[in-house]
Amino acid sequence: MPGRKSRASANFPGRDRDWMAGSSLAMTSTRLQIVLTLTPEELAAIKLSLRVATLAMAASLPFGIVIAMVLTRTRFFGRPLLNALVLLPLVLPPVVTGYVLLLLFGRQGPVGRFLDEQFGIVIAFRWTGAALACAIMGFPLMVRAIQLSLQAVDRRLEQAAATLGANPLLVFVTVTLPLILPGVIAGAILSFARAMGEFGATITFVSNIPGETQTLPTLIYTFTQVPGGEPGALRLTLISIAISLGAILVSETFVRRVQPRLGLPNES
Amino acid sequence: MNLEVTAKTRLGDFALDAALASEGRTTALFGRSGSGKTSLVNIIAGLLRPAEGRVAVDGTVLFDSEAGINIPAHRRRIGYVFQEGRLFPHLTVRNNLLYGRWFAPEESRHVSLDEVVELLGLEDLLERGTAQLSGGEKQRVAIGRALLCCPRLLLMDEPLASLDDARKAEVMPFLERLRDHARVPIVYVSHSVAEVVRLATTLVLMSEGRVVASGPTAEVMGRIDLFPITGPVEAGAVIDGTVEAHDAAAELTHVRSRAGLFRVPGLDLTPGTHIRMRVRARDVMIAVKAPEGLSALNVLPGKVVEVGPLQGPVVDIALNCGGERLVAELTRHSVEALQLTPGREVFALIKSVTFDEVSHVSGLGRAPDAITN
Repeated sequence: MPGRKSRASANFPGRDRDWMAGSSLAMTSTRLQIVLTLTPEELAAIKLSLRVATLAMAASLPFGIVIAMVLTRTRFFGRPLLNALVLLPLVLPPVVTGYVLLLLFGRQGPVGRFLDEQFGIVIAFRWTGAALACAIMGFPLMVRAIQLSLQAVDRRLEQAAATLGANPLLVFVTVTLPLILPGVIAGAILSFARAMGEFGATITFVSNIPGETQTLPTLIYTFTQVPGGEPGALRLTLISIAISLGAILVSETFVRRVQPRLGLPNES
Repeated sequence: MNLEVTAKTRLGDFALDAALASEGRTTALFGRSGSGKTSLVNIIAGLLRPAEGRVAVDGTVLFDSEAGINIPAHRRRIGYVFQEGRLFPHLTVRNNLLYGRWFAPEESRHVSLDEVVELLGLEDLLERGTAQLSGGEKQRVAIGRALLCCPRLLLMDEPLASLDDARKAEVMPFLERLRDHARVPIVYVSHSVAEVVRLATTLVLMSEGRVVASGPTAEVMGRIDLFPITGPVEAGAVIDGTVEAHDAAAELTHVRSRAGLFRVPGLDLTPGTHIRMRVRARDVMIAVKAPEGLSALNVLPGKVVEVGPLQGPVVDIALNCGGERLVAELTRHSVEALQLTPGREVFALIKSVTFDEVSHVSGLGRAPDAITN
């Protein structure tokens, strides 16, 4: 279990401290050291948040692409409803989303009981449950980003691929997907960033269990609730800003690197 | 090659009701913009489904509304060169060329990359991205890509329309090489008389969603009843000839045709070369007696075979000059004054000849110029 692994590193608190100290070499100020030195608890929350966000992004990406395709390319009776359903987490109070998840996926919930009885899978109050909550909260952002790039795809290129012998699936894989790649990457990063910051739905659905479901935002919340928690809250806030900034920079450079290869869609 | 198409369909306000059959190696679909040419090739390619109709290539039925047959575009094996090229922007020129080949059945891969690269002069472009290509280069790559999927038929929808004259002249010789060397029948869509006459063996004339005439190019182009559609400015006769000799002193080339000997400003072609000439109706004058003291070099005897309706200020007449059909645009006044009626022996005075085709030229085709005398 990944949770156990992070607890294992908690047995060697000194190692983490030495490493951080080594990187701050000439820094003699103890106050700075306090700011920059992470406790095992904080490290576990950061690692868990990264793991949750990665799983949430990776698991929702295929669904995001399929739903974006359906919403962009098809016209059917229930389409407006599906569209609204996808957007719902964006406008619903996160605590409501979390509570709905608890009702559905809790041990007593219809889906939760089914998963438990049939496959022995329990996600309520587990880190996988946190990933589910984050995936759902980030899904509208992901789908929107992919939809935008799909709308920009020149469908005449897909027609050309068909005349060259590619069946619809191959047209998608060899033409459509490469063309929407910047949007897919942008959507994935948005979903990841949203997951790193998700609080309301997570704490409602899977609570705030250290080592299991205590993510970066919920630990910051815990710190703000206890006396003397300010240095910890500050450290995690800085880490949070750094991770989010990094994610955006990575996505932007990636998108920029992909775009010139695609050329400008203004031939003819 | 045997192509049969019948299609009936409505597209908004436009009604397409066309039937065509062609045995020609290069069939041109010719007509004004909006006459339904592109819709018809889209139906052949399977990109547009007509309400009713039938499409068959060499006996293989690709679409038949009655029999409920509709082979999807990707299984028709019909190459398509689009007006705008439609190259894949995320692939290099090489991978664009090879795209269709991945999907072509093993046994039908009779065209090799090397062959196509050589035919279309693409050696230097292979590793480039599509954004770094000129308009003419893009169209050459698009043609190569369509060829490499080893199609049973190649559709070309105005491949030169988006290019300026210089780029057109750059691509044209490649189209001629394609027609002469690639073993694939071509359906070529165009609204340009010059392109059609230069390339096509069979001409299908379309107007307002219907096929109004089809047949050998020279025959259809020379029909005076079709002039309103073939275009009053460009309409004229198509005459095939062979370079006979060069008159170095006068810097003239002699071209032998069934209609007689044409003397034209020097052409850089070896004797024996086959060339196709276009004589526009408005560049032909008529004399009823053998003329003397004229600046025009080319005077051909012939017989009036057809006179257009005697309405309006101008009248078109058709002549038979030694088996070749020539057309002339005259004023109604002249036609009446000279009593030009079918059977009348006359002389055609040709002011200018346009050279549209040079085939069987070894090496790269040269873009020939329009020459007047």
